[in-house]
Amino acid sequence: MNHETESMNQGRRDFLGAAAGVSAAAVAPGVFLHTPVANAAPRTDPVTDVHRWGLLVDTSKCADGCTACVDACDTENGLNLQAKPHGQDELKWENQHAVWIRKVKLQDNLTGHVTNLPLMCQHCEHPPCVDVCPTGASFKRADGIVMVDRHTCIGCRYCMMACPYKARSFIHEQVDHKLTRAPRGKGCVESCNLCAHRLDSGDVSTACAEACSAEGHQALIFGDLKDPMGPLRQALAKTPSRQIRQDLGLNTGVRYAGI
Amino acid sequence: MKRIVYREWLLQPQRYWGLLAILAAVIAIGGLSALYMEHHGHWVTGMTNSVVWGTPHVFAVFLIISASGALNIASIGTVFDKKVYKPLGRLSGLLAVALLIGGLLVLVLDLGRPDRLLVAMTTYNFSSIFAWNIFLYSGFAAIVIGYLWTMAERKGNYLQKPVGTFAFLWRLALTTGTGSIFGFLVGREAYDTAILAPLFVVMSFAYGLAIYMLVLFYTFDADGRPIGPAMLKRLKNLLGLFVSAVLYFTLIYHLTKLYGAKNADIETFLLISGGLYTGLFWVGWILIGGLLPLGIIYHPELSQRRDWIVAACAMVIVGGLAAMYVIIVGSQAYPQEMFPGYTVIQFGAPGDIGGQVASYYPSFPELLLGLGGVGVALLITAVGVRVLQFLPESLADRDVDPHATVRSSA
Amino acid sequence: MAEVMTKGVLLALLAAVLGVGSAAYAEEVGDFVLPSSKAAAVKNCVEPTEYMRRNHFELIRHQRDKTVYGGIRGTSHSLSGCVSCHVGYDDTGAPVEIDAEGQFCRSCHAYASVEMNCFDCHATVPRGESWNHEVAAAHAHITGSALMGPTAAER
Ligand code: SF4
Ligand code: SF4
Repeated sequence: MNHETESMNQGRRDFLGAAAGVSAAAVAPGVFLHTPVANAAPRTDPVTDVHRWGLLVDTSKCADGCTACVDACDTENGLNLQAKPHGQDELKWENQHAVWIRKVKLQDNLTGHVTNLPLMCQHCEHPPCVDVCPTGASFKRADGIVMVDRHTCIGCRYCMMACPYKARSFIHEQVDHKLTRAPRGKGCVESCNLCAHRLDSGDVSTACAEACSAEGHQALIFGDLKDPMGPLRQALAKTPSRQIRQDLGLNTGVRYAGI
Repeated sequence: MKRIVYREWLLQPQRYWGLLAILAAVIAIGGLSALYMEHHGHWVTGMTNSVVWGTPHVFAVFLIISASGALNIASIGTVFDKKVYKPLGRLSGLLAVALLIGGLLVLVLDLGRPDRLLVAMTTYNFSSIFAWNIFLYSGFAAIVIGYLWTMAERKGNYLQKPVGTFAFLWRLALTTGTGSIFGFLVGREAYDTAILAPLFVVMSFAYGLAIYMLVLFYTFDADGRPIGPAMLKRLKNLLGLFVSAVLYFTLIYHLTKLYGAKNADIETFLLISGGLYTGLFWVGWILIGGLLPLGIIYHPELSQRRDWIVAACAMVIVGGLAAMYVIIVGSQAYPQEMFPGYTVIQFGAPGDIGGQVASYYPSFPELLLGLGGVGVALLITAVGVRVLQFLPESLADRDVDPHATVRSSA
Repeated sequence: MAEVMTKGVLLALLAAVLGVGSAAYAEEVGDFVLPSSKAAAVKNCVEPTEYMRRNHFELIRHQRDKTVYGGIRGTSHSLSGCVSCHVGYDDTGAPVEIDAEGQFCRSCHAYASVEMNCFDCHATVPRGESWNHEVAAAHAHITGSALMGPTAAER
């Protein structure tokens, strides 16, 4: 990863100091010159670190009781096709089927203020899941998306132990129905991949952010963390935001405003 | 000093084959459980997306760290030149390999895709401590086998010291590595500490020795070989030392955790409010695995009696399993803290545990798989001592301790 | 439909049983292509047929890594491409799982007794595959066209 061009890199901001900002400003315009215009065509060359995809969650806009993003993710990635194995306990199954994004409701211990937010894989720049994976099946794509190569995952679940956000799910059961765009099978681990199939076909959107906008909440903004003029960076510049477990210094690609 | 004579295990055939049959049955049941879990998927186990490592890992980690601990006896003999421990060395090496194989089998059979073992062995991620452990484990087996050879083969005797030292260092790395598997998990409050690695090292000493002593007593009694009281005393004192060390490091572990105030909650959970886990910690880990055996070992009368020492060893093992259960399962059951200063009211769908303590009940297949691993370790040991010369003829004091001979003849 | 499949398999078996020469045999294997599949109407696979018979797995595997690590999904050697072209349809026009008895992948793999585990995870019928293009097109006016290039220029 090209750290120097990334002014979002808070973990390193201290070390790089002002130089980082300068170089980001200097490199960024070039980015646009070199990037081909996407006209919704599937990509033909490998992803690069010119982009780093991420999300901003504005928790003040996230509505209580709304599950639009969760539902959209379920449909988009075939999670709703998972079937509870015959005879399995309902509650246990809730904790065994794959979940990529979940609604979390928090209450401030001091003020009693209630906050809602969606929580998914944070697409860490320094992902613990990737560090620990014995086979290298957990990996970070050049464009910052962290995912699992199912072909080499042995299902050891060490990555699930390592993830600070409980973002990963193990497939506990035989999967009979799956989508072409979202392969899934017993014995492997998976998590949110920022709708990589959309990006790869030239569409800059995720199902969750799209659904949230469609509901009129606009609590989720998806975009390129390396594009200073893009919607994500514009929003980040206007709103104070932080990372969940910022203390771990993972430089997550998903940021939260209002917590 | 007398030359040590080693002899195959001379158990009566009926008893021997009966023992093998029992062990084979345990292994077969464990294997069937693994097949069952593999066929249906992990939903038939108690494991969930919250508690991702369950009972199999409790057994596997216990067996693996005991393996490196079992080698300790041989190390004391060769590395630290304690002559009296020399006759104990071969069994120590054999037990180490056997326990390691048993533990690894459990670990592998619990994988989501055990059929991809080849993948695991050919694609390494060198930043993963887990991958390093695969190296450490297989290297360990190879080195110990070499070490056994230097002990058994006259031509190799001169290599015994260097190979033994190497094996000793390797096993320290192995246990540190196993401890680090957990120590590296920054996102889990209970594990996020450097003290876990040394804690695992002393635990391995204690559990390995306890298993070693049980196996030694059983095999010696079965074909009437003597163990002298001085030898007995030496072993039980060593066990006492190791068990005390475990208690000491447990104390340090909790003190460091309590010191970092943000871990106060997981500490409260483990030590006070964790229900089953708190019970296992105090009753299993501390009382049965620590204080009671220490009481026996340092009791003026009980400590002279073989059956009480056997009981102490068994308690150390039970306590060890309890400790593993608390460390592995308990720390997963406790919710990961992501939002300091907030109370998590809801986390996904009901049942999708995040903000509250996750429930986990070991299922039968998991338990049987774990026991199957124990069975494998014991079967390898039983066959090993039967067909090869692992056991010394006698551990009577005058046969092993030159000073005792001097004293008795004087 | 079922008869057609059976016929295909039978023909192939017959060829083998009758000890038809190897040249004839090579042609008969082609009968694993189901008449109801799109492939039946196409003269050639993405590569010459004979090459595909022997090397399709290499191609798929190569593509697989490019897709997983490079995000390249548009090329012709993808497994989803195989499925979409070779999947058979039943009388009602519904696709039949390609790894089911008598279907394209399964019958040939059974014939050659080669294990196949792609479908542990991958979809066995085309399902939601046209998504990419439809959704992307639908989004073109909102976000898609404003993608990488013109983003800066627009604002
Ligand atoms: S949030 Fe978890 S799964 Fe996602 S990159 Fe970070 S550690 Fe990995
Ligand atoms: S479960 Fe799969 S992705 Fe996760 S650490 Fe193990 S091999 Fe890697």
